[in-house]
Amino acid sequence: MRAKFYCVVFFLFCFFIKSNAQGLITKTGFIGFYSKTPLEDIKAENDQAYAVLDPDSHHIAFAVLMKGFIFPKELMQEHFNENYVESDKYPKATFSGTCSGDMDLSKEGIYQVVIKGDLSLHGVTKSIETTAQIEVKKDKILATSVFKLKPEDFQISIPSLVRDKIASQISVKVQADWTRTK
Amino acid sequence: MRKKKTGYVTGTFKALYIVNMKTIEAPAAGALNFEIQHRFGTINSGSYNLWGLDFATFRLSLDYGISDRVSIGIGRSTTQKTFDGYVKYKLLRQTDNSSMPVSVSLLGTSTYFTEHYSDSIEQALITGKYRFDYTAQVLIARKFNEKLSLQLVPTFIHYNLVDSSADHNNVFALCLGGRMKISKRMAITAEYNYLFPNQLLTYPAGPNQPPRANSLSFGWDIETGGHVFQLVFTNSQSMVEPQYIGQTQGTWGKGYIYFGFNISRNFNLKPHK
Repeated sequence: MRAKFYCVVFFLFCFFIKSNAQGLITKTGFIGFYSKTPLEDIKAENDQAYAVLDPDSHHIAFAVLMKGFIFPKELMQEHFNENYVESDKYPKATFSGTCSGDMDLSKEGIYQVVIKGDLSLHGVTKSIETTAQIEVKKDKILATSVFKLKPEDFQISIPSLVRDKIASQISVKVQADWTRTK
Repeated sequence: MRKKKTGYVTGTFKALYIVNMKTIEAPAAGALNFEIQHRFGTINSGSYNLWGLDFATFRLSLDYGISDRVSIGIGRSTTQKTFDGYVKYKLLRQTDNSSMPVSVSLLGTSTYFTEHYSDSIEQALITGKYRFDYTAQVLIARKFNEKLSLQLVPTFIHYNLVDSSADHNNVFALCLGGRMKISKRMAITAEYNYLFPNQLLTYPAGPNQPPRANSLSFGWDIETGGHVFQLVFTNSQSMVEPQYIGQTQGTWGKGYIYFGFNISRNFNLKPHK
């Protein structure tokens, strides 16, 4: 009786994985942002981003917990969460968009694509457009993109006293690495 | 569904000190905090002394985070030329999902005053062992929301030397502190240190001095990057526990109010992983 139950659970589980397989999912996507000024270099990195790529529709989506960004200076991390992005009020940043351009996920190669979509951060949604590189390997798909954001566009206010320490354009690096299950 | 990770509540207090009282916060592992606590004289000392601004006492201290939970500090105060050292241990940390409703830190402080007595006989008799005082505190704090945090501190102090045999060497106090943010980078703070009655009866420094009082302080915190500025008003001149809890003289009502400030600067000696 018990063995039968486990069999059913196992098949359900397989089915669940299969149904997910059409969208490629990773929970270890990387998002980093970098601000360079003569006074201070700031970086923060998060390698627990949730990223989904639909190989048919070329729809791509990211979600990341703001509190997961690690700064080399812990006090900076606390200020980031408390004063700048207000992580308790707006815990997540999300992106949802589509890749356009010449890309064939069934063929190995490196593709340069344009990704267009909506980025939500600090309660503000803005449409962005960026170029990205998608590398298709036998059992893996790697996506990399670098783009720039202005904190003011997302209503993240920066006090005048530290304005010179934070770049007006923050560069953001995104990497996702999907393994194909066949 | 992704499993929801429980996180620790951060930023219960901005600084390591509310005014004089230490908070549950500690420097991050590998971070060094340099603190300057400065107090002018009492406001009631009159226009001749520019309402206290002619006088200055201070405490300089260094606080260092050994690990995420353990921090140590050393300090030196003008009042009674006192050295102090402490160890703070973060025992419990409040979590996002209220499975742990409070943060608790344990604090042990030892102070040693080196001021010479004007009377040579007293100076000869009061040797090193009489000059140590010890304080043990349990810091219990809760961040109620992003603006309001409160801290309750049951306190035990052992004085190796008291003013007369009527005074207890072991005394108990209950301290309460809090902060209310008024903007993202500014907060109003307050603390009250209640010494239970009938423990220390003798006037600390003779009958012409104002009587012993409980310490009440207010502050205005302004945070800018790695600095925290705190403008404070308090009726305690000293900034170490055995002295501000047990030896504060003069009440707010009589104008024994010291204006002052605390400035802290954070240095990162090791990057945080």
